Amino acid sequence: MIVLADQLLVLVMLINLVMLGTSRLIFSIRAVAVQGVILGVLPGLIHPFSFHLTVITVVIILAKGIIIPFLISDAVRKAHIRREVEPFIGYVPTLLIGAVFTALSFAFAQNLPLAPEHKDLLFVPASIATLLTGFLLLTTRRKAISQVIGYLVLENGIFVFGLLLSEAMPAMVEAGALLDLLVGIFIMGIVINHISREFSSIDTSRLQTLKEE
Amino acid sequence: MLYALVLLPLLGALCAWIVPDNRLRPLVLPVTGTIHIALTAILLGAAPPPSPGGWIWLDPLGKIVLLSISLLFVVCAYYAVGYLAYRQERPNRVLCMGLLVCLSAMSMVTMTQHLGLMWVALETTTVSMAPLIYFNHNARSIEATWKYLLLCSVGIGLALLGLMFLAYSTYLAHHDATLLLGPLMASARELNPAWLHAAAIFLLVGYGTKMGLAPLHAWKPDAYGEAPGLVGAMLACGLVNCALLSILRVYQICLASGTEIRFFQQALLGMGLLSMAFAAVFMARQADFKRMLAYSSVEHVGIIAIGLGLGKGALYGALFHLLNNGMTKVVLFLSSGNIHRSYSNKTTDVVKGALTRLPWSGGLFLAGFIAITGSPPFSPFISEYTIVSSAFIDGRYWVGGLFLLFLVIVFIGMALTVLPMVMGAPPVDVEPNDYKDRLLTVGPPLFMMTLTLLLGVWPPEFLVVLLKDGAAMLGVLS
Repeated sequence: MIVLADQLLVLVMLINLVMLGTSRLIFSIRAVAVQGVILGVLPGLIHPFSFHLTVITVVIILAKGIIIPFLISDAVRKAHIRREVEPFIGYVPTLLIGAVFTALSFAFAQNLPLAPEHKDLLFVPASIATLLTGFLLLTTRRKAISQVIGYLVLENGIFVFGLLLSEAMPAMVEAGALLDLLVGIFIMGIVINHISREFSSIDTSRLQTLKEE
Repeated sequence: MLYALVLLPLLGALCAWIVPDNRLRPLVLPVTGTIHIALTAILLGAAPPPSPGGWIWLDPLGKIVLLSISLLFVVCAYYAVGYLAYRQERPNRVLCMGLLVCLSAMSMVTMTQHLGLMWVALETTTVSMAPLIYFNHNARSIEATWKYLLLCSVGIGLALLGLMFLAYSTYLAHHDATLLLGPLMASARELNPAWLHAAAIFLLVGYGTKMGLAPLHAWKPDAYGEAPGLVGAMLACGLVNCALLSILRVYQICLASGTEIRFFQQALLGMGLLSMAFAAVFMARQADFKRMLAYSSVEHVGIIAIGLGLGKGALYGALFHLLNNGMTKVVLFLSSGNIHRSYSNKTTDVVKGALTRLPWSGGLFLAGFIAITGSPPFSPFISEYTIVSSAFIDGRYWVGGLFLLFLVIVFIGMALTVLPMVMGAPPVDVEPNDYKDRLLTVGPPLFMMTLTLLLGVWPPEFLVVLLKDGAAMLGVLS
């Protein structure tokens, strides 16, 4: 089972790179949905079966794999856009930076003081790589939707780390965190819709009226 | 009864959702607020013992913050009725619900001892405030909302990562990951120092973003500037104090660990001084008076951070300042909201002579300015004096000196904006509108101002004891 978990984590990291390389928003959203489903399956692979675990798996797949992607693609549809145009840094450079980040996160995780049973697993490097990908998306893309996707990827990275310590986060707290994420994305979707109506674009680089003179 | 503090506002939110009438709906707010503060008063006197699992316990630090937010809410609630009477053209369902959900989440923050649950409640406050910043539905407010939502969400995401690191350090120590404050503090000395250090950094950055400590304050001027005065008051007093309480919890753990506290205090001290410096620079010649208030908020969270960073006697001052800053900010934001409404403008090019046009709101704004810059006899003077004197007692002359220098610069910068606003003759070409000072828009901030004055002249015995208990939890044995 652990081997399968590691393979899935490799898949998570590959999805990161896919998201960095594509300009099609719908494709990115599907990729983040697949990532969400994988995150939902992972707890079942590394922890012994229990009722609590089943509930968590179902809730995560429902939230990260279905509802959140639906909310974002709804916002995309309403804003009538398909592609991210002219990111601050191009796709190929960000893809390369992402690859370097992934390599570095492996090197970094090697040096972390981890518990012996976590030493040979991919959780920590995958978590760091996903986190950094999220940051990269947040900072280099112009469209509000791409930034929301970046935020989601960032959250996914944190979540992967959290898999190592499921007992610290009781089910209620975990459900609360997911609900917050869900409502947050819902509100971001509404805001994006208003941005596109107000500015006839969801290019966040146009949001610069508010600054110091 | 503790749970009532959380459930009651949710019930109120449900009522606000059901009531169809735009005029009647705001009345839910003062009703909920009044019951909430009555419950708070009872609980401050006799708090129940910790819950069996240790998850829920209203300790002295929680009590201080609970008192602050409950007072804030009841004052804002009465004001809201008067304010929304002027804004009948806008549906206020979302505003009322958002305020109530936020109150519920803030109450949760004050009473929980589980850091994960605290994080969830704090994130709820962030999300519930976002639609409120967008109350005016224009291009500027949407930009502010977007920046607020994205920066605070990412910031608080980093805090979650910090919590994971903290839990991992407990996992390494005794193979039993936990985020409960009690066990964390009991075993703090055995925690893995590297992970604890990483956790402290991430938590400080994450909650610091939410609190608006420089250099993480980028969203603050925009959000405070574009939100209605009422929402600005909620942000500047409620959300700031809740984020601050989360930082205090981290402070407690660092203190219990014995070694980490040195770094944490120094980081707070550095960020605090930087916040004051930023505020001092940007406050000068600030034409937009709501943005000026935002920088004042940056300055005052800086002051509190410096108090925490100094430790010892300054802790009492920091906790007292938490209360005082919140109360004075409420006065400033609510009265500035009135002025904004009357002139339909929030720049000093147009707003002049507020004291003539709106004697009450103008007077309150001026009094609030005098109080927040730390002039006696108002209570912020006492807390700021406590912090700066304990800096000199400790022999940290540089910190104390810089603190005083920034206070003076801020005073001058703020006076340059505030004095022309309230003094002089009002411009003749501003079209008159239907806004007038009424009991409900002036009474609540006036009440808060009186309270600030009273605390400055004669702080009640129970409050002094409460603050001392709080300071004792952060390391001073009184």
